[in-house]
Formats: sequence, structure tokens, C-alpha cells
Amino acid sequence: MLDARRSLGSVSSRSILEWGYRFILFPIGQMLIFIVGAALFLTVLAFLLALAFPEPRPNIVLIDQVNRQLPGMIISGITIGFVYAMIALGYTLVYGVLKFINFAHSEIFMVGSVVGFEVMQRLSDTGHLPAWSPVFLVVVVILMAMLASGLLAVIIERVAYRPLRGAPRLVPLISAIGISFFMIDLVRAVEAITRNDFNLTYPLNQLEWVRSPFKLVIGENTINIRPTQFIVVLGAVVTLIALNYFVNGTKLGRGIRAVSQDMTTAGLMGINVNRMISLTFFVGGAFGGAAGALFGMNVGTVTPFVGFIPGIKAFTAAVLGGIGNVTGALLGGLTLGLVESFLNGLLVYFPALGQRYTDVFAFSVLILILIFRPSGLLGERVDEKV
Amino acid sequence: MAVKSVQQSSRATVRAALKRPAVAGGLLVAYILVAVLILNSLDRSNLWFPFYSTLTFPALVLSPFIILAAPVRGWFKGALIVALLFLIIPYLGMRDSSYLELVIQICIFAGLALGLNIVVGFAGLLDLGYIAFFAVGAYTWAMFTSGASTVFNINGWLVSGSAFYLFIFLGIFVAAIVGILLGLPVLRLRGDYLAIVTLGFGEMIRVIANNLDQPINFTNGSQGLFGVGRPPVPFFLRDGVLTVESALGLSITNVDPLSQQLLFYFIAIAIIGIIIVVARRLDNSPIGRAWTAIREDEVAAIAMGVPLVRMKLLAFATGASFAGAIGVIYAAKQTFVSPESFSLIQSISILAMVIVGGMGGIRGTLLGAVIVTMLNLLVLKNLSLQINALRNVDFVIPIINYHIRDWPTQLEPAKYERLIFGLLLIVMMIFRPAGLLPEPRRRMELQEKDEEIVDEEISPEAGDEQPVVSAVRPDAEQA
Repeated sequence: MLDARRSLGSVSSRSILEWGYRFILFPIGQMLIFIVGAALFLTVLAFLLALAFPEPRPNIVLIDQVNRQLPGMIISGITIGFVYAMIALGYTLVYGVLKFINFAHSEIFMVGSVVGFEVMQRLSDTGHLPAWSPVFLVVVVILMAMLASGLLAVIIERVAYRPLRGAPRLVPLISAIGISFFMIDLVRAVEAITRNDFNLTYPLNQLEWVRSPFKLVIGENTINIRPTQFIVVLGAVVTLIALNYFVNGTKLGRGIRAVSQDMTTAGLMGINVNRMISLTFFVGGAFGGAAGALFGMNVGTVTPFVGFIPGIKAFTAAVLGGIGNVTGALLGGLTLGLVESFLNGLLVYFPALGQRYTDVFAFSVLILILIFRPSGLLGERVDEKV
Repeated sequence: MAVKSVQQSSRATVRAALKRPAVAGGLLVAYILVAVLILNSLDRSNLWFPFYSTLTFPALVLSPFIILAAPVRGWFKGALIVALLFLIIPYLGMRDSSYLELVIQICIFAGLALGLNIVVGFAGLLDLGYIAFFAVGAYTWAMFTSGASTVFNINGWLVSGSAFYLFIFLGIFVAAIVGILLGLPVLRLRGDYLAIVTLGFGEMIRVIANNLDQPINFTNGSQGLFGVGRPPVPFFLRDGVLTVESALGLSITNVDPLSQQLLFYFIAIAIIGIIIVVARRLDNSPIGRAWTAIREDEVAAIAMGVPLVRMKLLAFATGASFAGAIGVIYAAKQTFVSPESFSLIQSISILAMVIVGGMGGIRGTLLGAVIVTMLNLLVLKNLSLQINALRNVDFVIPIINYHIRDWPTQLEPAKYERLIFGLLLIVMMIFRPAGLLPEPRRRMELQEKDEEIVDEEISPEAGDEQPVVSAVRPDAEQA
């Protein structure tokens, strides 16, 4: 009786605080730590580079360039890093449950970006687009993309992966490659029939608020933050917090975690394993879709081929953080995004290398991690069982 | 009832007759002759030409597989295939060089598929960047002979076309070294990681080829290397073409390009022949058995004393060297090499060939190469041609009253090869993971549940023709 009353009394005050800490404060703090840590580390590296090569090209003092570009590089790095993190979550969630690389995830991302475009374009065709309030518009676009990509991921799992469960490792992987190629051309065919064009440009120029950047003045520098960058970061943070709550705070999330730990035992404990796997694909796919819509709004133009490079980079991010590890995907995505943004900003001054090799860089990172630390930054080493 | 039993008995007689070598052989000859006659009578100016040639040409190109599976004597099979390769196809090529072009492309892809089959089929290492080795071979020849202003050309240090045969060996060598260099760091990785990393390597090679025009121009960047050298045509080949022309009363306008194409055709046939022999010998050697052991169970293979890293590297190097040799031929044949020819879609198409045919089996891989290349280069392309031809005459599909003119211009079937490759991969993985012509050893593994004991003695003989045919039959009839 006493115990019951005490717990009843403390529900309102203490556990809400605890809940707020666990599901809101802690994830935000984690993201902040990752961002600040990676950005600081890279800034130090950039200054060291500037010390080592004071004048890589005649009349260009590297340290001045670093000073001037640093805030911009960090902001664009965080933006793209969050996109990578969100895609990487899809790889990681599926890997955690099925121990299988969902090669088609990059195309789920692509479908998200195309659906985002379609929603906006339809609104623009009917003339409603400028009238919608920015927040509502962004939320609707992201939700539609999430829904479409999530359902697509569930269908893909049902059609191409479930019949192959239990087959040798390479069999579902090859099927996933097939799905990936099939999806690219399916979207192309649909766009060819409906629009006869593959370059899908988001109708952002009709929106007044997109064109006016936020101005941030630090010292003598003014930094322009594009509203789309702001949307990407905000959207990513909100969805990531929601994911954290879903996986760690709900019954369904517990089911997913149970299945990822031991599928057979989870089945014996009364968890519907197939439904949990479908759910995982839905959540991972929805994140890929949201990332696609955010990416589309940020870059403006998408094509059916847009998935490959972000997909492989997000996979690199997932492996960098430790595949199967949700926090790791976040860390990996942010780190990779920042590194890439720094390279893009600074390699220009080294003519022999140039920006042309930045895509090669992601592959090199992937190969190096897989060789020297296959478990990633946060993962634990798992030996193959005989 | 009486009619039915008569029908049944007549069906049985037909079936028995078909199994007799004389009847089967006669039918085969008739089949090939009919296909040749139809192809011979097709007229390029006909509106429906793409459609007709799509129906007929595959029948001819697939005939070697029918010949091999037919119940006829070995020497007869050999004679028919030789006649097909050295008489019929060159003859059709003289009539219409696009057929010759198609067969050369099939040979090139068959060589690549056989090379990838060693890596994926024999050793079980999924390599998604296989096209990189092909690129290495192609660039090896192209860099030294291209008319583009690369370092080699600036110093006037170009190799003449007659060094081609030497460069085939050089291509083999260089590609094998690249294969070992790429293999060394990644072979410790587990299957699916290996796939992604090789994909990365494939893309890296492409990006490097795309960007290696600065600071020193090696590859001429994205513009590609043009005017690549070709091997000189031996005089007897040109004379032979002229003799055949006068003997058959053909009117060949382009003797020189045609004899060049014929030369490439014979080189490609020879290389494929060598690759088949090498692959077959390797498969039946201790090395091949070591690869099978690795493919089936790596841990068990180590425990049995298989030198894992050496064997994997050997598989990588062998597969790469095949691609290198084919790459040299490809560069010389196309006379143009650009990074775009070596994209991921090419790697996937070769993977699709290996998987459609049957991983690990040589005949299956060849069948896969023929099917996939024809789907891509004949069926899809002809579909596009046919749609364009119908669009030009404003054709209307009768019953549904659809104007072909309204077909979206971007929906051109020739550009939708990914759809085909993707579907092929998914469908094969779900319904026939062992491929259309499963490798005998693999089929035995899949049947293991039904049979009590699988005799290991059979597997070394797997390369021979007889067991394959006799084993396929009962299965097909039961199903």
C-alpha cells in the first residue's frame, strides 16, 4: 500500500524528469558531443595542415582560408552528416536484426527524395505551394516520403528477402543488388511515363522563405545559413530523438531489440519475429525516406541515380560507427559528413589532388576501417561462430 | 480411349526416335539450317526487321548449347560446333556485320563471365568491382597506342599495332598484379563486406581513370582514349574474304573493316577457347578443390590445411588475368576507351551472367553470358529500334488503338538494362539460386537431403559432358 502510494506520487515529478533526460536530453547531448568533438578534431587538423603547408599555391595563405571557411565548412558538414546518419540508421537497424547488408537501402533513400519532389511538385502544380506555411509543408513532405519509403522497404523485404532467409549469406545480398538496380529503372520508367524527364528539381524557387538565409555574424565574418540546411538539421534531430524513444522506450522497440539479440529465443518468448523484421524495415526505410526528402530539399535537384553515392557513404558511416550500433551510426554519419566537408573546402588548394578525389576518399575510409577495425569506433568485435 | 492410347503410343515412339543419334542429329542440322536460311532472307529495310531478327538470331546463337545437350555422338557435336563457329557465323557476318559485332560482344562478355566465375563461382568471393580488371587491361593497350595527347604520345613513343599479341600477355600480367594488390588488403574480410569493398575498388579505378589526365596525362580523363591501335589484318584473311565474296557472289563494300572484324572474331574465339580449357583444368585440379572448400566453409577449409590467403589471391589473380586479356581485345576492337565503359552496371551485368547460367559451372556461365548479352544488346536494342521504326510510320496498335507515336521518348527499352539485370538477379535468387545449368557438384549438394550418400568420386569428373546431360534429364521429367 505504502509502496503503491509512493510510486503513484512520484510518477508525476521524478519519472517525467527521468523520461525527459533519457529520451530528449541525453540524445541531444550525445549529438552535441559528437558534433563538437568531430568539429574540434577536424579544426585542429585543418590548422595543422595550414602550419605544414603555409602556401600551397602562390599568393594563397592557407591559414587565412581556413579561418574564413571554417564556420561554413562546419555547417555544411553537420548538414550532410545528419543526412548520412539517417541513412546509416537504415543499414544499421537491418544489419542488427538480420545480419545482412541491405544493399537496396540507397534506392529506398532515392525513392524518398523522389516522393518528396512529387509531393512538392503536385502542390506547386495545383498552385497551393506558396500558401502553405513552411513548417506544415516540410512536415507533410517528410512524412509522405517516410511513409512511401517505409512501405517500399517492407514490400522489398517481403518479396526479395524473406523467401531467402536461411540461404547462404551471398544469396540475399545478390537479391538486394538486383532490387537496387531494378528500383533505379522502375523509378526512371515511372518518371519517363509521367514527366518524360529524370532531373527532378524541387520547386523551391516558389517559396519566399527558402531564399532568405539566416545571417550569423561572428567577428568580421558573416555566415549564411540556408533555411534548407536548418530544416535538415532540425528534421534530423527530431526524427532521431523519435527513433531513440521508439527503440529504447516502447514495447515494439523492445521487440526489435530482442529479435536482434537472438531471433530464435525471441520467437520462443512470444515475439512475432516476422512482424518485428517488417517493422525494422519500415522504420529503417522511413528514415531513409526522410533523409531523401531532406537531402532533396537541400540540394534542390534529384535523379533516379541519386542514391548510390550517399548510400555508399552512409554505409561507410555505419561501418565507421560500428554496424548494428544505432549510436555508432550517428557518430559515423556526423564524422564522415564533417570530414568530407573539410576535404571539399581545403583540397581545392592542393592542385595535384583537387576535389576530384573526394568520392574516392569515402571508399578509402571504408576500406581502411574494414581492414584495421572492422568492428568500427563503437562496435564490439564479433568472431565468426563455427 | 483407343484414340488416346494411340496418341500416347505415338508420343512414346516420337520420344524414343528423338533419342536416336541419327534422328536427333538430322533435326539439329535442320534446325540450324532453318535458322540460317531465315536470317539470310531477312531484309534490313523491312519495317519489322528488328522484331524478326530478335526472334531468329538467339535461336542460332543458343544452338551450341542445344547441340551439347543433344543425344548425339561426341565427334558430331564437335563437327557441328566447328561448322557453326568457323563457317556459318563468319558467313552471316559477311552478309550483315552487325551479327558479327554481336557475336564478338558475346565472346567478350563470355570471357569476362568466365573470369568472374572463377572468383565468385569457384572460390565464392563476391567481387562487385570485377570490371576494374577489364579496365586495367583495356587501358594497358589503349595508353600505349591511342592518338590522344597522353605522355606516351607526346614523346612520340607509341607502340605499333603488331605488338597487340604481346600486349595480350602484358594485359594478363598487369591485371593479375592489380588483382593481387587489390586482393591483399581485403581478403580477410567476410563475404558481404568483401562485396562492398570490391565495389569501392571498382569505382575507385574508374574515378582514377577519369582524373588521371592531371598532373600527368595518362588516361586523357573523361574524354577517353580514342584512336586506339588495332592488330594488322593478315593478308590471307583479307584474301579469304575476297575469295568467298567472289565464290558466293556477295557484294561486300567494306572489305577492310569486315576482315578486321573477322580477325577480332577469331581472336575472341581463340581466347575464349583457351579460357575455357584453363578454367576447366583449374576446376579439376587441387587448386579448384581448394577453392570449392573455401567457398563451402572457410573455417573448415583452414582446418583441413588449405592455404587460405594464397588460394584466395590465386582466384583473384586468375579471374583478373582473364579480364585483362579480354580488356586488351576490347580496347583494340572499340578503338575507344573511356571511364564510362567501366561502371558498376557492367560489373553487375557480368555478375548477372554468372548467376543466370549457374555459379561455378563453365557451360552454365557461357549460357548466362549469351542470354544476358543478347537480352541487353539484341532484344532491348531491337525493341528500341522497332519502336522508333513504328513511330516513324505512325503505327497504331489495332485493338487498343494505341499510337506508338505517344510512347514517351525517355522510355527507350535500350536504356533500361538495369531493370532486366535487376529482375534477373532477384528471380534467379528466389526461384533457381543454382542457375539455369547448375554445376554438377553444386546440384549434388542441393540434392543431398534426398540422397543418402553422395559419392565424392563423381565430382572430379564433373567437367565431362556425359554426367551432366544424363543427370539433367530425369530431374526435368519429374518436375
